[in-house]
Amino acid sequence: MAMTKVELETFVEGTTHYFQTAANQPASVGSPYLVNEGVPNIQEYTGVITIAGKRKGVVYFTASRPMLTVLLMRLGETDMTHENMCDLVGEVANQISGNARRDFGNQFMISVPRVVAGPQGEHVTPPNIRSFVIPINWRSHSAQLVVCLD
Amino acid sequence: MNAAAPLKLMIVDDSNIMRRKIERSHQCARLSFVGSAGNGKQAVELFRRTEPDVVTMDITMPEMDGIECVEQLVAIKPEVLILVISALADKATAIEAMKRGANGFLCKPFTDRQLTDALDELLRGAGSWR
Repeated sequence: MAMTKVELETFVEGTTHYFQTAANQPASVGSPYLVNEGVPNIQEYTGVITIAGKRKGVVYFTASRPMLTVLLMRLGETDMTHENMCDLVGEVANQISGNARRDFGNQFMISVPRVVAGPQGEHVTPPNIRSFVIPINWRSHSAQLVVCLD
Repeated sequence: MNAAAPLKLMIVDDSNIMRRKIERSHQCARLSFVGSAGNGKQAVELFRRTEPDVVTMDITMPEMDGIECVEQLVAIKPEVLILVISALADKATAIEAMKRGANGFLCKPFTDRQLTDALDELLRGAGSWR
Protein backbone atom coordinates (compact mmCIF):
# COMPACT_ATOMS: atom_id res chain seq x y z
CA MET A 1 0.00 0.00 0.00
CA ALA A 2 1.58 3.28 -1.09
CA MET A 3 1.48 6.37 1.09
CA THR A 4 -1.24 8.78 0.09
CA LYS A 5 -1.08 12.55 0.13
CA VAL A 6 -3.62 12.62 2.96
CA GLU A 7 -1.55 10.19 5.03
CA LEU A 8 1.58 12.27 4.54
CA GLU A 9 -0.35 15.37 5.58
CA THR A 10 -0.92 13.69 8.96
CA PHE A 11 2.82 13.75 9.56
CA VAL A 12 3.19 17.33 8.30
CA GLU A 13 0.47 18.44 10.72
CA GLY A 14 2.01 16.39 13.55
CA THR A 15 5.39 18.02 12.99
CA THR A 16 3.89 21.51 12.84
CA HIS A 17 1.93 20.83 16.02
CA TYR A 18 5.02 19.53 17.85
CA PHE A 19 7.10 22.67 17.33
CA GLN A 20 4.19 25.02 17.96
CA THR A 21 3.20 23.32 21.20
CA ALA A 22 6.36 21.83 22.70
CA ALA A 23 8.80 24.55 21.65
CA ASN A 24 6.20 27.34 21.54
CA GLN A 25 7.80 28.47 18.32
CA PRO A 26 6.46 27.47 14.90
CA ALA A 27 8.55 25.62 12.36
CA SER A 28 8.33 25.92 8.62
CA VAL A 29 7.37 22.42 7.51
CA GLY A 30 7.76 21.81 3.79
CA SER A 31 5.95 19.52 1.40
CA PRO A 32 6.95 15.85 1.50
CA TYR A 33 9.10 14.62 -1.34
CA LEU A 34 9.91 11.11 -2.49
CA VAL A 35 13.48 9.82 -2.34
CA ASN A 36 13.98 8.35 -5.78
CA GLU A 37 17.53 7.07 -5.43
CA GLY A 38 19.45 5.72 -2.49
CA VAL A 39 18.38 6.30 1.09
CA PRO A 40 17.52 9.55 2.86
CA ASN A 41 20.29 11.25 4.79
CA ILE A 42 20.57 11.25 8.53
CA GLN A 43 22.11 13.97 10.69
CA GLU A 44 24.01 13.75 13.99
CA TYR A 45 21.06 12.44 15.97
CA THR A 46 18.20 10.31 14.69
CA GLY A 47 15.22 8.99 16.63
CA VAL A 48 13.73 5.95 14.91
CA ILE A 49 10.25 4.54 15.57
CA THR A 50 9.47 1.11 14.15
CA ILE A 51 5.90 0.79 12.94
CA ALA A 52 4.01 -2.51 13.03
CA GLY A 53 0.42 -3.64 12.71
CA LYS A 54 -1.73 -2.02 10.05
CA ARG A 55 1.36 -0.44 8.41
CA LYS A 56 4.96 -1.55 8.55
CA GLY A 57 8.18 0.41 8.31
CA VAL A 58 9.83 3.26 10.18
CA VAL A 59 9.31 6.92 10.94
CA TYR A 60 12.39 8.86 11.96
CA PHE A 61 13.29 12.39 13.02
CA THR A 62 16.86 13.46 12.33
CA ALA A 63 18.51 16.69 13.48
CA SER A 64 21.83 18.33 14.25
CA ARG A 65 23.24 18.83 17.72
CA PRO A 66 22.93 22.66 17.47
CA MET A 67 19.23 22.39 16.67
CA LEU A 68 18.61 19.93 19.50
CA THR A 69 20.54 22.20 21.87
CA VAL A 70 18.19 25.09 21.15
CA LEU A 71 15.16 22.82 21.39
CA LEU A 72 16.33 21.53 24.76
CA MET A 73 16.66 25.11 25.98
CA ARG A 74 13.12 25.85 24.79
CA LEU A 75 11.96 22.87 26.86
CA GLY A 76 13.64 24.34 29.92
CA GLU A 77 16.61 21.97 29.99
CA THR A 78 20.09 23.08 30.99
CA ASP A 79 21.71 19.67 30.55
CA MET A 80 23.15 19.45 27.02
CA THR A 81 24.77 16.03 27.32
CA HIS A 82 24.81 13.37 24.62
CA GLU A 83 22.26 11.39 26.67
CA ASN A 84 19.82 14.29 26.64
CA MET A 85 20.25 14.77 22.89
CA CYS A 86 19.40 11.10 22.39
CA ASP A 87 16.43 11.35 24.73
CA LEU A 88 15.06 14.40 22.92
CA VAL A 89 15.46 13.13 19.37
CA GLY A 90 13.69 9.91 20.35
CA GLU A 91 10.91 11.78 22.10
CA VAL A 92 10.24 14.02 19.08
CA ALA A 93 9.96 10.94 16.85
CA ASN A 94 7.73 9.27 19.42
CA GLN A 95 5.36 12.20 19.77
CA ILE A 96 4.92 12.82 16.03
CA SER A 97 4.44 9.09 15.34
CA GLY A 98 2.06 8.64 18.27
CA ASN A 99 -0.04 11.60 17.19
CA ALA A 100 -0.46 9.94 13.77
CA ARG A 101 -2.68 7.34 15.45
CA ARG A 102 -5.40 9.99 15.54
CA ASP A 103 -5.78 9.33 11.80
CA PHE A 104 -4.26 5.85 11.38
CA GLY A 105 -5.98 4.26 14.39
CA ASN A 106 -4.68 2.07 17.17
CA GLN A 107 -3.47 -0.64 14.79
CA PHE A 108 -0.70 1.78 13.80
CA MET A 109 1.61 0.31 16.44
CA ILE A 110 4.70 2.25 17.43
CA SER A 111 7.84 1.00 19.15
CA VAL A 112 9.84 2.74 21.83
CA PRO A 113 12.44 4.99 20.14
CA ARG A 114 15.80 3.69 18.95
CA VAL A 115 18.44 6.38 18.63
CA VAL A 116 21.21 6.48 16.05
CA ALA A 117 23.97 8.93 16.96
CA GLY A 118 26.40 10.07 14.29
CA PRO A 119 25.85 10.21 10.55
CA GLN A 120 27.91 7.11 9.78
CA GLY A 121 25.76 6.20 6.84
CA GLU A 122 23.78 3.67 8.82
CA HIS A 123 20.68 2.60 6.94
CA VAL A 124 17.69 3.07 9.17
CA THR A 125 15.05 2.56 6.50
CA PRO A 126 13.98 -0.93 5.47
CA PRO A 127 14.85 -2.00 1.93
CA ASN A 128 12.21 -2.02 -0.80
CA ILE A 129 10.00 0.61 0.83
CA ARG A 130 9.92 4.12 -0.58
CA SER A 131 10.84 6.96 1.77
CA PHE A 132 9.22 10.37 1.91
CA VAL A 133 11.16 13.25 3.43
CA ILE A 134 9.38 16.11 5.20
CA PRO A 135 11.78 19.08 5.47
CA ILE A 136 11.65 21.10 8.68
CA ASN A 137 13.13 24.55 9.11
CA TRP A 138 13.13 25.91 12.62
CA ARG A 139 14.93 29.10 13.56
CA SER A 140 18.17 28.81 11.57
CA HIS A 141 18.24 25.01 11.68
CA SER A 142 17.03 22.30 9.38
CA ALA A 143 15.86 18.80 10.24
CA GLN A 144 13.89 16.08 8.51
CA LEU A 145 11.09 13.74 9.34
CA VAL A 146 11.31 10.62 7.19
CA VAL A 147 8.27 8.43 6.65
CA CYS A 148 9.01 4.99 5.21
CA LEU A 149 5.88 2.84 5.38
CA ASP A 150 4.56 0.08 3.18
CA MET B 1 -8.04 12.47 50.85
CA ASN B 2 -7.64 15.60 53.00
CA ALA B 3 -8.25 18.59 50.71
CA ALA B 4 -5.81 20.80 52.65
CA ALA B 5 -2.86 18.43 52.76
CA PRO B 6 -0.43 18.25 49.84
CA LEU B 7 -1.00 15.24 47.64
CA LYS B 8 1.93 13.07 46.64
CA LEU B 9 2.76 13.07 42.91
CA MET B 10 4.67 10.34 41.08
CA ILE B 11 5.73 10.77 37.42
CA VAL B 12 6.18 7.81 35.07
CA ASP B 13 7.77 8.33 31.64
CA ASP B 14 10.65 6.66 29.83
CA SER B 15 12.01 10.08 28.81
CA ASN B 16 14.09 11.94 31.39
CA ILE B 17 13.26 15.17 29.61
CA MET B 18 9.52 14.56 29.85
CA ARG B 19 9.76 13.56 33.53
CA ARG B 20 11.59 16.78 34.36
CA LYS B 21 9.23 18.86 32.21
CA ILE B 22 6.17 17.50 34.01
CA GLU B 23 7.80 18.03 37.41
CA ARG B 24 8.84 21.58 36.49
CA SER B 25 5.82 22.70 34.51
CA HIS B 26 2.83 21.86 36.60
CA GLN B 27 1.68 24.66 38.86
CA CYS B 28 -0.59 22.73 41.18
CA ALA B 29 0.31 23.92 44.66
CA ARG B 30 -1.49 20.94 46.14
CA LEU B 31 0.95 18.45 44.62
CA SER B 32 4.21 17.41 46.23
CA PHE B 33 6.60 15.45 43.99
CA VAL B 34 7.74 12.17 45.55
CA GLY B 35 9.58 10.45 42.71
CA SER B 36 9.69 9.31 39.13
CA ALA B 37 10.10 6.06 37.22
CA GLY B 38 11.22 5.23 33.68
CA ASN B 39 9.06 2.19 33.04
CA GLY B 40 6.08 0.31 34.44
CA LYS B 41 8.07 -2.13 36.55
CA GLN B 42 10.02 0.63 38.27
CA ALA B 43 6.75 2.52 38.74
CA VAL B 44 5.08 -0.35 40.62
CA GLU B 45 8.09 -0.63 42.94
CA LEU B 46 8.22 3.11 43.58
CA PHE B 47 4.47 3.22 44.05
CA ARG B 48 4.62 0.61 46.82
CA ARG B 49 7.39 2.56 48.59
CA THR B 50 6.01 6.09 48.29
CA GLU B 51 2.22 5.51 48.11
CA PRO B 52 1.46 8.54 45.91
CA ASP B 53 -2.03 10.00 45.56
CA VAL B 54 -1.59 11.20 41.98
CA VAL B 55 0.35 9.60 39.10
CA THR B 56 1.13 10.85 35.60
CA MET B 57 1.61 7.86 33.34
CA ASP B 58 3.21 7.50 29.91
CA ILE B 59 2.03 4.54 27.80
CA THR B 60 4.78 3.56 25.37
CA MET B 61 7.59 2.38 27.65
CA PRO B 62 9.99 -0.58 27.81
CA GLU B 63 9.60 -3.43 30.32
CA MET B 64 5.95 -2.76 31.19
CA ASP B 65 3.73 -0.33 29.29
CA GLY B 66 1.56 2.30 30.92
CA ILE B 67 -1.77 0.57 30.31
CA GLU B 68 -0.70 -2.52 32.24
CA CYS B 69 0.92 -0.35 34.90
CA VAL B 70 -2.31 1.62 35.43
CA GLU B 71 -4.14 -1.63 36.14
CA GLN B 72 -1.50 -2.74 38.66
CA LEU B 73 -1.42 0.61 40.49
CA VAL B 74 -5.22 0.70 40.77
CA ALA B 75 -5.17 -2.85 42.15
CA ILE B 76 -2.74 -1.71 44.86
CA LYS B 77 -4.54 1.55 45.69
CA PRO B 78 -7.99 1.94 44.09
CA GLU B 79 -8.37 5.60 45.07
CA VAL B 80 -5.19 6.74 43.25
CA LEU B 81 -5.75 9.42 40.59
CA ILE B 82 -3.97 8.65 37.32
CA LEU B 83 -3.46 11.10 34.45
CA VAL B 84 -2.21 9.31 31.35
CA ILE B 85 0.15 11.57 29.38
CA SER B 86 0.88 9.99 26.03
CA ALA B 87 1.54 10.79 22.39
CA LEU B 88 -0.90 8.05 21.35
CA ALA B 89 -3.69 10.23 20.10
CA ASP B 90 -6.36 7.71 19.10
CA LYS B 91 -9.60 7.44 21.05
CA ALA B 92 -9.27 3.68 21.54
CA THR B 93 -6.12 4.14 23.63
CA ALA B 94 -7.80 6.72 25.88
CA ILE B 95 -10.82 4.44 26.31
CA GLU B 96 -8.60 1.47 27.14
CA ALA B 97 -6.71 3.54 29.73
CA MET B 98 -10.02 4.60 31.28
CA LYS B 99 -11.24 0.98 31.41
CA ARG B 100 -8.09 -0.02 33.28
CA GLY B 101 -8.66 2.72 35.85
CA ALA B 102 -7.11 5.96 34.58
CA ASN B 103 -8.93 9.17 35.47
CA GLY B 104 -7.69 11.45 32.71
CA PHE B 105 -5.76 11.64 29.46
CA LEU B 106 -3.49 14.40 28.17
CA CYS B 107 -2.00 14.13 24.71
CA LYS B 108 1.68 15.00 24.10
CA PRO B 109 2.91 17.51 23.15
CA PHE B 110 1.28 19.81 25.69
CA THR B 111 1.77 23.30 27.02
CA ASP B 112 2.42 24.10 30.68
CA ARG B 113 -1.11 25.53 30.88
CA GLN B 114 -2.67 22.36 29.46
CA LEU B 115 -0.76 20.23 31.99
CA THR B 116 -1.80 22.38 34.92
CA ASP B 117 -5.43 22.45 33.75
CA ALA B 118 -5.48 18.67 33.31
CA LEU B 119 -4.09 18.12 36.82
CA ASP B 120 -6.50 20.67 38.30
CA GLU B 121 -9.45 18.90 36.68
CA LEU B 122 -8.16 15.57 37.94
CA LEU B 123 -7.95 16.87 41.51
CA ARG B 124 -11.45 18.32 41.27
CA GLY B 125 -12.61 14.82 40.41
CA ALA B 126 -13.89 15.92 37.05
CA GLY B 127 -11.64 13.69 34.99
CA SER B 128 -9.71 15.22 32.14
CA TRP B 129 -9.75 13.87 28.61
CA ARG B 130 -7.97 16.06 26.10
